[in-house]
Amino acid sequence: MKNLIEVTNLSKTYASGFEALKGVNLNIRRGEILALLGPNGAGKTTLISTICGIANPSGGTVTVDGFDIIKDYRKTRSLIGLVPQELTTDAFETVWATVTFSRGLFGKPANPAYIEKVLKDLSLWDKKDSMIMALSGGMKRRVLIAKALSHEPSILFLDEPTAGVDVELRKDMWNVVRVLQEKGVTIILTTHYIEEAEAIADRVGVIHNGEIILIDNKSELMSKLGKKQMILDLTESVNSIPPTLDKFGLDLSDDGTQLTYTYDTQAERTGITTLLSALQSAGISFNDLNTTQSSLEDIFINLVSDAS
Amino acid sequence: MNLYAVKAIFLFEMARTRRTLFQSIVSPVISTSLYFVVFGAAIGSRISEIGGISYGSFIVPGLIMLSILMNSVSNASFSIFFPKFTGTVYELMSAPISSFEIILGYVGAAATKSIILGLIILATAGLFVPLQIAHPFWMFLFLFLTAVSFSLLGFIIGIWADNFEKLQIVPLLIVTPLVFLGGSFYSIDMLPPIWQKITLFNPVLYLISGFRWSFYEINDVGVGLSLAMVLLFLGLCVATVWWIFKTGYRVKS
Repeated sequence: MKNLIEVTNLSKTYASGFEALKGVNLNIRRGEILALLGPNGAGKTTLISTICGIANPSGGTVTVDGFDIIKDYRKTRSLIGLVPQELTTDAFETVWATVTFSRGLFGKPANPAYIEKVLKDLSLWDKKDSMIMALSGGMKRRVLIAKALSHEPSILFLDEPTAGVDVELRKDMWNVVRVLQEKGVTIILTTHYIEEAEAIADRVGVIHNGEIILIDNKSELMSKLGKKQMILDLTESVNSIPPTLDKFGLDLSDDGTQLTYTYDTQAERTGITTLLSALQSAGISFNDLNTTQSSLEDIFINLVSDAS
Repeated sequence: MNLYAVKAIFLFEMARTRRTLFQSIVSPVISTSLYFVVFGAAIGSRISEIGGISYGSFIVPGLIMLSILMNSVSNASFSIFFPKFTGTVYELMSAPISSFEIILGYVGAAATKSIILGLIILATAGLFVPLQIAHPFWMFLFLFLTAVSFSLLGFIIGIWADNFEKLQIVPLLIVTPLVFLGGSFYSIDMLPPIWQKITLFNPVLYLISGFRWSFYEINDVGVGLSLAMVLLFLGLCVATVWWIFKTGYRVKS
């Protein structure tokens, strides 16, 4: 089976009436890294929580490796490891005790050699006897990953694994994720950061207002998301854009003092040099220039308006 | 059956007891010893025998029940409330484990701790007053059923409570008064008739009476009735826990 997880028409409405998921359809392929991008409150955590059994779905179905998450919850849950968004740990336990506990909880017999390997892989071995409360935030995040991996899952959910961690640790995490993928683990991670999706994901899904509004291979999505704008403040206002500049698709501000050029950062040629020469030829001069990249929020808004 | 998970929860909870040994075991033993000093020695010297038993010996079953009830409730309620409070409950909810197994782990550990505590207090009491246990099997049965029932009650409180105040309110305002007014330190024959009747509505009376009967063969109510009441209470707690997991009340959104 190509799809390891199949989410069909999944909906979730909380008791407050808030509709967190609105008929989500999503197939997750075996062995891939899928990044789910979305702003706060988009439904990322609800989607993960529902697949993992923490929240009850209001409608729709989810299968994991062909098993239904409700009827066959023992089978599906034993396949999944979850790293939650919040640093929720047993403050007074040692690293070793909490990871060993997780393995047992997920129905696996004790295996100190495997736990040792997980802790070493995550650079936690020298902290194994430390109380979790004594660890830094980054180390606690690693403990949560170790707990999620303790029962040798074939699917790993990482809910915003790099929120609030420094650049070095973020890169470490990405390496951990890549190594896990090489071992055949399917990974689903949620993130706010485009660069995170860009760095490690095979496919990227965008979730907004409880709906998956886009899911695509990373390279195709990045070209859609990778638009940049260059804004030129003109020395003198112009009434219209000269026809010689038509091919650049420029936008002129209402007061005629700003020209905006939108280009693709992923393209072989951005066209900036040609544009600047063409402006000079047309006798248009400018006294300032700046470039902006659409924020993720802007991109979401565009995607949502496109979708509707 | 995910026995590894039950074992993991059980051992995790027992390890918590070892880590907080003073709070879990030593502290109840000290407070029980204080009860012996105050009620047994000071007040007991002014009270003649009850049912042919010296007052110091008479209060032993009541004191054990007091500790069992309080500790079962507090241990079990805290054990499930704390993961909810810290958020680590996510792991329990995403694990391949049934409701029954969760209860077996948490309530089993809380009840085990209470039984061990009860036996330690029994041994401690033996240092202060002469003891006899007429029916050891019944004594242990009452101890076991009470520990399990009140651990279940504690588990329910732990699920229901969404702050520390609620966690404390039931043990403080309901369980403690019921234990003190349930004949821990006296026989209901010593009360005015109207209070004797009112006390019959106190479920703890039946536990203490049955438990005391297993020691000295003296009781306020029939031992069969005591057993029936314990089983009824156990049944009510089981039904409530079953409903909690069926509906996901305060557990799942």
